[in-house]
Amino acid sequence: MEHASQQLWLIPLLPLLGFLINGLFGRRFPNLLVGLIAVGTVFGSFLWVVKSLQALGALEHAHVEHYYTWLESGNLNIGVDLMIDRLTAVMLLVVTGIGTLIHIYATGYMSHEGGFYRFFAYLNLFMFFMLTLVLGANYLMVFVGWEGVGLCSYLLIGFYTLKKSAGDAAKKAFIVNRIGDFGFTLAMFLMFVHFGSFDFKTVFDKVAPMAVEQTAGPLTWIALLLFVGAAGKSAQIPLYVWLPDAMEGPTPVSALIHAATMVTAGVYMVARSSVIFLRAPEAMDVVAVVGLATAVMAATIGLAQNDIKKVFAYSTVSQLGYMFLACGVGAFSAGIYHVVTHAFFKALLFLGAGSVIHALEGEQDMRHMGGLMSKIPITFAVLACAWVAIAGVPPFAGFYSKDEILLAAHHHHPWMYWVGVATAAMTAFYVSRAMFMTFFGKYRGHHHPHESPFVMWGPLAVLAVLSLAGGWYFKIPHFLEPLFPLAEGAHDETLVYISVAAGAAGIGLAWLFYVASPALPDSIANSLGGLYKLVYNKYFVDEAYNAAIVNPLVNGSRSLLWRVMDAGVIDGAVNGVGSLSRSIGGFVRLFQSGNIRSYAAWVTLGCVAVLVALGMAGGR
Amino acid sequence: MGDNFVPTAADMTRFLPELILTVIGTLIMVLEPLTREENKSRLGVIALAGLVAAMWGSAVAAADPGTAFNQMLIVDGFGTFFRFLCIGVGILTVLASFAYLNREHANSGEYYALILYSIAGQCVMVTANELIMLFIGLEISSIASYVLAGYLRDDKRNNESALKYFLLGSFATAFLLYGIAWIYGGTGTTNLTEIHRVLTNRDIAPLAGIVGTSAALMFVGFAFKVAAAPFQIWAPDVYQGAPAPVAAFLSAGPKAAAFAIFLRVYLTAFDTIADRWQPIVVVSALATMIVGNFAALQQSNIKRLLAYSSIAHAGYVMCAIAAHSQIGTQAVMFYMVSYAFMNVGAFAAVTHFARQGERYVNTEDLAGLGVRQPATAALLTVFLLSLIGVPLTGGFFGKFYVFKAALDANLVWLTILGLLNSAVAAYYYLRIIVVMYFKEPGDSTANLQPPAMGIQAVLWGSAAATLVLGIFPSWVLDYAGRSANLVK
Repeated sequence: MEHASQQLWLIPLLPLLGFLINGLFGRRFPNLLVGLIAVGTVFGSFLWVVKSLQALGALEHAHVEHYYTWLESGNLNIGVDLMIDRLTAVMLLVVTGIGTLIHIYATGYMSHEGGFYRFFAYLNLFMFFMLTLVLGANYLMVFVGWEGVGLCSYLLIGFYTLKKSAGDAAKKAFIVNRIGDFGFTLAMFLMFVHFGSFDFKTVFDKVAPMAVEQTAGPLTWIALLLFVGAAGKSAQIPLYVWLPDAMEGPTPVSALIHAATMVTAGVYMVARSSVIFLRAPEAMDVVAVVGLATAVMAATIGLAQNDIKKVFAYSTVSQLGYMFLACGVGAFSAGIYHVVTHAFFKALLFLGAGSVIHALEGEQDMRHMGGLMSKIPITFAVLACAWVAIAGVPPFAGFYSKDEILLAAHHHHPWMYWVGVATAAMTAFYVSRAMFMTFFGKYRGHHHPHESPFVMWGPLAVLAVLSLAGGWYFKIPHFLEPLFPLAEGAHDETLVYISVAAGAAGIGLAWLFYVASPALPDSIANSLGGLYKLVYNKYFVDEAYNAAIVNPLVNGSRSLLWRVMDAGVIDGAVNGVGSLSRSIGGFVRLFQSGNIRSYAAWVTLGCVAVLVALGMAGGR
Repeated sequence: MGDNFVPTAADMTRFLPELILTVIGTLIMVLEPLTREENKSRLGVIALAGLVAAMWGSAVAAADPGTAFNQMLIVDGFGTFFRFLCIGVGILTVLASFAYLNREHANSGEYYALILYSIAGQCVMVTANELIMLFIGLEISSIASYVLAGYLRDDKRNNESALKYFLLGSFATAFLLYGIAWIYGGTGTTNLTEIHRVLTNRDIAPLAGIVGTSAALMFVGFAFKVAAAPFQIWAPDVYQGAPAPVAAFLSAGPKAAAFAIFLRVYLTAFDTIADRWQPIVVVSALATMIVGNFAALQQSNIKRLLAYSSIAHAGYVMCAIAAHSQIGTQAVMFYMVSYAFMNVGAFAAVTHFARQGERYVNTEDLAGLGVRQPATAALLTVFLLSLIGVPLTGGFFGKFYVFKAALDANLVWLTILGLLNSAVAAYYYLRIIVVMYFKEPGDSTANLQPPAMGIQAVLWGSAAATLVLGIFPSWVLDYAGRSANLVK
């Protein structure tokens, strides 16, 4: 059924408008007006999403709107097309809904910071790109959003401009993402070679009749390269290293970009391309294994961190791993389900952590917290909701989605289920640990904690309700059934009990360690020695990357290109040619580097090479 | 035959831009001694008017396409496209130069006249249909550029730059001339269309050695002018030493014209031996990208960094030439436009920032620019993002088309390595952004004046063009596509 145009372009355009107004004139506006514009435009998008979805009804088929032919050259035709189907609808509601809440929160959180207008301009720009990403009806539109959110993420991580670590973290995020984008671009080009289009519909229609590839073929390559892109954006092994550092940005940014929305773009893209992935089982296995490995590894690192935001950052990496595990075993709807519930509770965790940090005037180290339950009770109450949600306690949000994923994993390979359950136990442990260290026991810091204002805890309360009831209320897999048929197989009750028990065990153990007998963790850390150090230092992955990739690249280009090519090869060659040019040496020595003759020799050598290749060797 | 040597009205119309540029250039030279020192920048305004008139002249010439002067020139869509581009670069350069020349107390008419002459040479190059004409155009353009590179006679860096450029430049053009001699010896003509006809009709087996050698010798000349490996070696020294607005000019105008003749000669005259030159271009493209990008990683002088970056960009463009197709030609044309705007814009920012005597040309000197002059920093960021190839900028679609063309031609590995290269490139551009925004403002930005009017115009205009090219690429792309069909 064809629907009338819903003017979908308004959805991304409203935040863009906010960006333009605040970016151009915000400096002269009072903070209140800046906040109103920023929040208003995003909330406007949310309302427009709701209105469009109501008008579109059941959304049995994708609704596509074509506005403008962006590029037309030869066999290539790319339009500015926006599309809504059920998958987009879910993502739109999450992005604009949670986006609005976080914007409101940020007006309170950032009220004492300089560059208030700049912050909201960037945040609105981010919303524009993120909405373009999920609304785009072809891969190029998605890519525009993809690069755009990366750029905004870069700007916002480095928002505290004069902090060197912020600048480094921002740069790292951008560059690691570039590696992922390299994969994405290659995938797009491959797609173009094989299907002659970037359009979702055209590509998927051509892929649909193709057979499942038993051995790696073009579809497998496309899928794998797309996954490289997804791994960059969604922080999977080996490209996850930027996300923990990204916590240098202001906390609302961590919540919006690095927990709830942008980092799930990779999951969205894989789910969007499910038609391709389902015909490339080898690529699916890679996705599942990488997802699972990321989940385990990040969870173990999370066990030993002391910075409250770092704990949640590694938790995000780990949860994203879960989502990819779901996609990899074919349960795309479970993956998106987890995207949604995770957006609720992780945004809440970060914003709650922000509230704690705000209360303690910038303190992030949990060793200097403790006993805050009575001092900031509202923050504790809302964080407790997120806590039970992420720990997988039934019937709260995280339980439902995690359960779906684990069951699908068991259906695929039982060992994946068991590893997943172990990870769930660790998840429950590190979150409980963070909660106990922060809110229980005695206060170990020296600030005077104060509760956050209503603009901050109001959004938290909404998120708390969503974290508690969102999983039960929103039956995402059911809603997505037309796109992703539900996996068959019995709903095995035992497996559910086991995973719940694992979560409970995690909480219990954390209680034992950090409330019942606080001396225990230190003695265990001591007795584990090396292993603890390894985990505490995040497996030394950053150091390994620096040693194996960054330094050789930088030093290599210095010594190879600088010394060898400029000085060694050329001068060496010249010394060989020698005496002829030496007679004009006195003249040349007038110049700082004195190597015109070596340059000329280089030109001659090059010419000889080209001559041999083209003139002599090429005779047919 | 005799009466053919009297130019017809149509000949003159098709030669209009060159005529205008030469006349105005000479006029400026005549007015120069009559103008008082403090009024010299008025000569720049005349130059600007001359360039605008030349733009108009190109449009007039394009309305009546065809050959001129006994088929020595050809006014086709391709040539007209590059005429517009080179003249446009000239306008931006003159705008960026006012402040520079005032600052250095070196305002004189010859600077503007030389720019006009250089552009006249480039216009001849891009419409040449004949190798001797092409050579003459190249020399007119180059000799003016050599003088421009050493414009500040008392500046050691300028001297060094000019002399290096001149010595190596003449060395390389000698190869080109030698190549022309060979092809004339082999085919008996220097007309591109004729050469193509001879090589198509005749079994070229006996000529293979001669044609191949000629192609190789001419490759040396062209590769030198576009700064492609292994003949890129002069570029960093010359760009670093030359006055900043001249470096902007050199990196955009002459380079675009050189790419135009490269394409025209290789896709018409040497079209029939494409399977032989293609591998050379592929290897050269690859080497150019690698040398440019990896050497740029090490640079702390921003002019030198931009020089290496411009080498890397030449490498991307070479990928499209290697594709050897109409789409490839179109990609080159689009790329050169977007590249001209982003690169001239970046150099204009450097011109502004370097201040008198170009004292502040290290990347570290930009520390805190984002705080001290947010608008300048933001505009420079736009150019840098475009150089990286971020979507919604011209640089993105430039790269997109180049690599698409290479892929269409089945150059899969070249595409992959090219994309990898462009991923590496993000690093050194980003470093500049990081310094601008995340470094404590130091002494270098303490007494920075706001940018002069001319520089403001270049910065804003180029940034707007960069974004328009990224958001509405089809405006230029369609035009390039219609013009990419070279007459064979």
